[in-house]
Amino acid sequence: MPDVSAPCPPPAAPPEVRLSGVSLRLGREPVFDSLDFAAAPGVFTGILGPSGVGKTTLLRLVAGLTPADAGTVGDADGRPLAGRLAWMAQKDLLLPWLTVAENVRLGARLRGEATADAAERAMALLASVGLAERADDLPETLSGGMRQRAALARTLMEDRPVVLMDEPFSAVDPLARLGLQNLAARMLAGRTVLFVTHDPMEALRLGHRVFVLAGAPARPTPIGLPGGAWPRAADDPAVLAAHAAILRALAPAEAAP
Amino acid sequence: MIRRLIILTGLLGLWTLAWAASGRMSFILPPPWEVAVAFFDHADLLARHAATTAGEILLGLVIGAAFGAAAALAMTLWRPAAPWLWPLFIASQALPVFAIAPLLVLWLGYGLASKVAMAALIIFFPVASGFHDGLSRTDPGFLDLAATMNAGRWATLRHIRLPAALPGLASGLKIGAAVAPIGAVIGEWVGSSAGLGYLMLHANARLQIPLMFAALAVLAAMALLLHAATGRILRHCLPWVHDTLDGP
Repeated sequence: MPDVSAPCPPPAAPPEVRLSGVSLRLGREPVFDSLDFAAAPGVFTGILGPSGVGKTTLLRLVAGLTPADAGTVGDADGRPLAGRLAWMAQKDLLLPWLTVAENVRLGARLRGEATADAAERAMALLASVGLAERADDLPETLSGGMRQRAALARTLMEDRPVVLMDEPFSAVDPLARLGLQNLAARMLAGRTVLFVTHDPMEALRLGHRVFVLAGAPARPTPIGLPGGAWPRAADDPAVLAAHAAILRALAPAEAAP
Repeated sequence: MIRRLIILTGLLGLWTLAWAASGRMSFILPPPWEVAVAFFDHADLLARHAATTAGEILLGLVIGAAFGAAAALAMTLWRPAAPWLWPLFIASQALPVFAIAPLLVLWLGYGLASKVAMAALIIFFPVASGFHDGLSRTDPGFLDLAATMNAGRWATLRHIRLPAALPGLASGLKIGAAVAPIGAVIGEWVGSSAGLGYLMLHANARLQIPLMFAALAVLAAMALLLHAATGRILRHCLPWVHDTLDGP
């Protein structure tokens, strides 16, 4: 019987994610110019910012999906992160022709790895996200929140020290989102997690460190965070005050009529 | 089912009206009951010729679909091939089959081969085009995910791009199944000694108009059956596909 409480223990020494002197143009627009940025090892780093500023592009650079024009992307020693990271996008990206369990094991299937104990681990992960009963169903039968939980299980199945999340919970309803945030915090704790979001509350709840990305070329600016237990409670007065402050700070960019 | 019965009854009614309105000339337009009599009188003959045509259509469907799918794969795996092959395919499609039919009969003979080739030729294009479309429009999110999972080119093709292209292949096959009888029957008209097309020409020449209509009805029934069976098989094999396969 697999250990359901910790189907995926955190890695021993997760790496830092570091971008040094990174420049990138998309078309004629400079998105980043000599950008230096680091996501600390083993904690959640959140990136907030207006649409189109380059949040997703930053994650794609780290994931190696978009090559930088100049500079290095890697760990603290500049070594590439390929093979050490898992990707979770805004869309759940569940393949509609595979069952939920097969989707969770997709990485092993794509790499042609033996799947003897993978099946058992996938089931344990599905159980820990509350989807054990739906393992053999097609994704289309799942609700939006369930689909994101399956995507989270697939991300964990990869068991990588670095996890990149691109607005992972923005497509689900607010209540399901709170649950998913708690689940992600519990399951991904101890890894180097870099996530982008346009929801200040999500950044406040999950981020050990939070940056606002703004300008063209874009620059990250750290913002102060309230103390207290992590993940922070959405109804904590300090969190609500910080939330209001972030909204005021972002307002010129986001609240244009 | 009820809707189909209503359509059938309506068509039969219109047919009878047309017959009555055109002066009841059975040698131009026989009424439904005369066709029914011809159908039962010549059931053996019709069955024999229908079997020939059905064989041509099915073989043509298999061969045309195989070549179409292979062409789509080749253009996907080897991109420089696409700009060379597409004009060729379009030309093959723009040429009316009627124009090529005599040539195919000349080259491949009066037998099965020329009709199968004709049906295959007609089916080839929708299958190649549908499958190629599907293969080139994989959700980029799926490809990103595969890249971060360190998937190789072949694994990505096999586990993601191919299954993602199956709906495109399926809609190509559905169109192919609907037009396949055209190729077979044209081939039979140009030169043959068996098949529903041959029977229709023959009956027409001998003024056996009810028999001709009976052959036409069998052909229509076969085409509808093929269309429905293709749809059903595809729905069974691709249970996650809805937009292209649901519907009639």
